[in-house]
Amino acid sequence: MKNVLLALAVFCGCATAQTPSAVAIRNAKVVTVSGPVINRGTVVVRKGLIEAVGENVQIPADAMVVEGEGLTVYPGLVDGLSTWGIPGTAPGPAGGRGQQAVAANTPSVPIPPPSRGPEDRPATTSWIKAADEIQPGDRRIESARSAGFTTAVTFPTRGIFAGQGSVINLTGERPGDMVLEPSVAQYISLSRAGGGMGGGFPSSLMGTIAYIRQIYLDAAHYKVVREAYAHDPRGIQRPEYDRALEGVLESRRILLPANRAVEMDRMLRFAAELKQPAVLYGMREGYRAAEVLKKGEVPVLISLKWPEKPRDADPDEQETYRTLETRDKAPSTPSVLKNAGVKFAFYSDGLDQPRDLQRAVKKAIDAGLSREDAVRALTLSPAEIYGVADRIGSIEKGKIANLVVTRGELFDDRTRVEMTFIDGVKFTPAPEAERPAGQRPATPSNPGENQ
Amino acid sequence: MTKVWIAALIALAPLGAEVTVIKNATIMTESNKGTIKGSIVMRDGKIADVGETVMVPQGATVIDASGQYVIPGIIDCHSHIAVEGGVNEGSVSVSSMANIKDVINPEDIAIYRALAGGVTTANILHGSANSIGGQTIVLKMRWGKDAQGLVFEGAMPGIKFALGENPKRAGNPPAGRGNVTQPVNARYPATRMGVEDTIREAFNQAKAYKAEWDAYDAKVARGEHPIPPRKDLKLEPLKEVLEGKRFVHSHCYRADEILMLIRVADDYGFKIKTFQHVLEGYKVAKEIAAHGAGASTFSDWWAYKAEAYDAIPYNAALMTKKGVVVSLNSDSAELMRRLNTEAAKAMKYGGISETEALAMVTLNPAKQLAIDSRVGSIETGKDADIVIYDKYPLSNFAKVQKVLIDGDLYFDRDKEVSGRPAKEMEKQKLVNKEKQEQPRPAPGARRPQ
Repeated sequence: MKNVLLALAVFCGCATAQTPSAVAIRNAKVVTVSGPVINRGTVVVRKGLIEAVGENVQIPADAMVVEGEGLTVYPGLVDGLSTWGIPGTAPGPAGGRGQQAVAANTPSVPIPPPSRGPEDRPATTSWIKAADEIQPGDRRIESARSAGFTTAVTFPTRGIFAGQGSVINLTGERPGDMVLEPSVAQYISLSRAGGGMGGGFPSSLMGTIAYIRQIYLDAAHYKVVREAYAHDPRGIQRPEYDRALEGVLESRRILLPANRAVEMDRMLRFAAELKQPAVLYGMREGYRAAEVLKKGEVPVLISLKWPEKPRDADPDEQETYRTLETRDKAPSTPSVLKNAGVKFAFYSDGLDQPRDLQRAVKKAIDAGLSREDAVRALTLSPAEIYGVADRIGSIEKGKIANLVVTRGELFDDRTRVEMTFIDGVKFTPAPEAERPAGQRPATPSNPGENQ
Repeated sequence: MTKVWIAALIALAPLGAEVTVIKNATIMTESNKGTIKGSIVMRDGKIADVGETVMVPQGATVIDASGQYVIPGIIDCHSHIAVEGGVNEGSVSVSSMANIKDVINPEDIAIYRALAGGVTTANILHGSANSIGGQTIVLKMRWGKDAQGLVFEGAMPGIKFALGENPKRAGNPPAGRGNVTQPVNARYPATRMGVEDTIREAFNQAKAYKAEWDAYDAKVARGEHPIPPRKDLKLEPLKEVLEGKRFVHSHCYRADEILMLIRVADDYGFKIKTFQHVLEGYKVAKEIAAHGAGASTFSDWWAYKAEAYDAIPYNAALMTKKGVVVSLNSDSAELMRRLNTEAAKAMKYGGISETEALAMVTLNPAKQLAIDSRVGSIETGKDADIVIYDKYPLSNFAKVQKVLIDGDLYFDRDKEVSGRPAKEMEKQKLVNKEKQEQPRPAPGARRPQ
C-alpha cells in the first residue's frame, strides 16, 4: 500500500493557511448537496462563513478570486465517527479496553482493583468530552484534510461508556478554535472490563448489557432524587454526586455498536428499551438487515473499513458461507440501505490515508451507491444525524465555510483535492509521497472494532 | 446468485397456518393413548386430532410416515447453545443481573443441529461459575426466526444457581496467568460453606429490597407520591424468586449440598424448581421429591471431577422410583443431538419402561419447566411440536427425518441432503470470485521457492 509520509507532509509546510478578507471561487461546478448542482457558479466565503452561492453572484471587490474552471466545489467532508484530534487513544492491552487499560497509561495512578459490580462503574468515563481532549497537533488531521475532510465527529472510544463525542473542524491552533459542538453523543461499546473469574465485572456480553441497563435505571433514579433535593433539601438524604451518571444524562444520543444482523436487531431493541435516541455504528452485515433497520427508525454509521480476508489467514481454513458473503457484500450495504430509506453516514474507522479513504468510498459506489449519495453520506447526512446541519454539511448561504475543491469528481482514482477551506481558511493538500518500506503509520484506534 | 440462496431458504421456511396431517405412523404419544398406529392432524400450530383414524381435511398437506415413528419434540432442560459473548458472567459470585435473553444468537448453527437431532425446545442456562448465576430462558428451536422469535412465549423465566466446585473456584489474576505484578483478586467464596453464605446473603439483601419496594407500592396505592427506591438489577430477579415469579434451576452434585439448598430455600420461603446434574440425587431422592423439585441429570457420565465420583447410571431410575420428576439433559451442543439414545440408556440401567424413558426427554422436562400444558406429549390442543424418525427412536440407528414446531416444518432431512450441492456451489462461487479479485503479483516478481 502506498501512503503518505506523514512526517514529511507536516514538516515541509505544504499546508499553507491564507486569510484574505474574502474568497470567491468562480466558474466552478458547485455540488451544494442541499440543492441542485450548479454547473457553473460562484461561492463567496467571508469571515469563515459562506456569504453567497449561485450562478449569478456578484464577486465582492475585496475578494481574492480563485479561478474555478474545471474545478468542483463540495461541502467539506465529515467523518461521522472518528478519533482524529485525540491521539494517544491507542487500544489497550488485548482483552479489554477498560479500567486497567486507562490506568496502564498513567503509571503514577495505582491500578484500581477489579470492579465488583455496576456500582463500581467499570470502564466508564461518560463525563469525558472529546472537546476537552483535543490535540491540534494530531498528525492524522493533516492527512484527513488532504483527503477532503474538514470536519470530524470525534470520540473518546475506550471503555463501555467511553465519553462524549464532539464535532470539530480539522484546523485550529488551540483546541477551542476547533470545536463546533462540544457534546453530541455518548460512545458506548460492548467491550468487557475484566476477564474470567474474579477478573472484574463485567466479563461477558450479557454482563456488559446488564451494566448499561443498570446505568440508565440509575440515571433516571438519580435525576428524580436530585430534582426532589433541589426542590427542597430538608428531610431528604443528600444524593451522592455521580459523575458517571452526570455524563450519561448530559448526552443527547447514544452510539451503539452493531456489525452483524443479529447485533442490529439486539441493539435496536435495546435502544428502544433504554428510551434513548440512538445511532448504530459498524454495519458490516447491513446489506442483509435493511428491513430491520428501516423498522428501527434509527440512523446508522457505516464503517468504511470493509471486511477483508486477514493477511495471515490460514489458507486451508474453511470459511463459512456467511464470512465469504459478508466480504463480498459489505460494500453494497450503503446502496441497500439507501434503497430501503435508512438514514446513514460513513465513518473512517481507523482509515486516515487519503488514498485508502477514497478507495473505500469507491467500493461502495462500485457496489451500487450513487456518487451523489456517497457525497451526502460524508456531508449533510452526518451533519443531520448529529443535529448540526444548520451549520455544516452543505453549501448554503450562512453556513460555515467548510469546502473541498477538486479537479475531477470526488472518489475517482485520478481526482485530486486541490484545496480545502475550513472556517473559510484555505489549505492546499500535501503531495502524496512514498512511505519508506517497513514503516507503518500509527493507527491510534479503530472505533467499532472488536465488536 | 443470491436468489438461489434465498429460494433455498424459502423452501425450508415454515409453511404457514395450514393444515398438516401425518399419516400411517407409529405414534409414541406420551399421553394416556400410549403408542398407536395412526395419524396426527395439525392446524394453526396446534395438534387438532390424534388417533388411529382421523378426518383428513381437504387441502391438507399430507406427510406419509409409513413405517416411521413419531414422538413429541425433544426438550433439553439444560443447554447453553445460542448464547453469544460468554455463558458465564464469572467476575462476581452473584451475577443475577446478567440475562441470557439479552444475548440470544438465533444464527448459532447449534440450533439447527439440535433440530436435526429432534430437539424442539431447550432451557438455555447461564453457566455455573457463580453461586447465583444469571437469568435463564426457554427457547424453541425456530431456526430462521430472530432472537425474540425463538422465545417460548409464556414460559416462566428462570435463574441459575450453582453449588460445589465451580462457584467456589477462587478466580484468576485480572490480567491473565503468570502476571505477578498485579494482585490476585480471589473471589469469595472459596469453600462450600461460603457458597451457602453467598446465597443466604443475597437473599437477605433481596428480602430487604422487596420490603422497600412493597412499602413503596403500598404508599402509591394510598395515593401518595414517594420517591421510588433504586431499581437493582441484581436483586430484582431474586425478588421475583421470592414472589414465585421465577424458577430456580440449580447446578449441583453432592447430596449434602442438595440438602443444604433445600434448607436455604425453606428458610427464605422459595422453591427449587430443578436440581441440575444432581449426580448424587439417588441418595436424597425422597427429600428432593418432598421439596417438589425436579431432577435433570446425565444418563451415564461421571468421574470427570472429584464431586462427580459417586455418580451411578441408575440415578435417573432410582430418583423416578422415589417420586421425583426426572429428565435427562445434554449440557452440550453435541450430546443435544442424540438425547433419544440418552433416554434409551435409562431402560438399560434401572429397567425403566419405554414410555417412562422417552418421557425423560419430552414430558418430564416439560413438567420441570411448567410448559407441559403446551408441549411434551402428542395430545389434542398441544403445540404441534413433532419429530419423525425413520426407525424405532430409542435406537442408535434411528435418524430424524422431519421436525415440526408449531406445525411448521423446520427440519427436513431429504431437503437438507439434496440441498447441499447447491449450497456448496454458492460458496465455491464466492471463493472463486474473491480469488479473481485478488491482485496478482507483478510479473517477474520473486516468489518463495
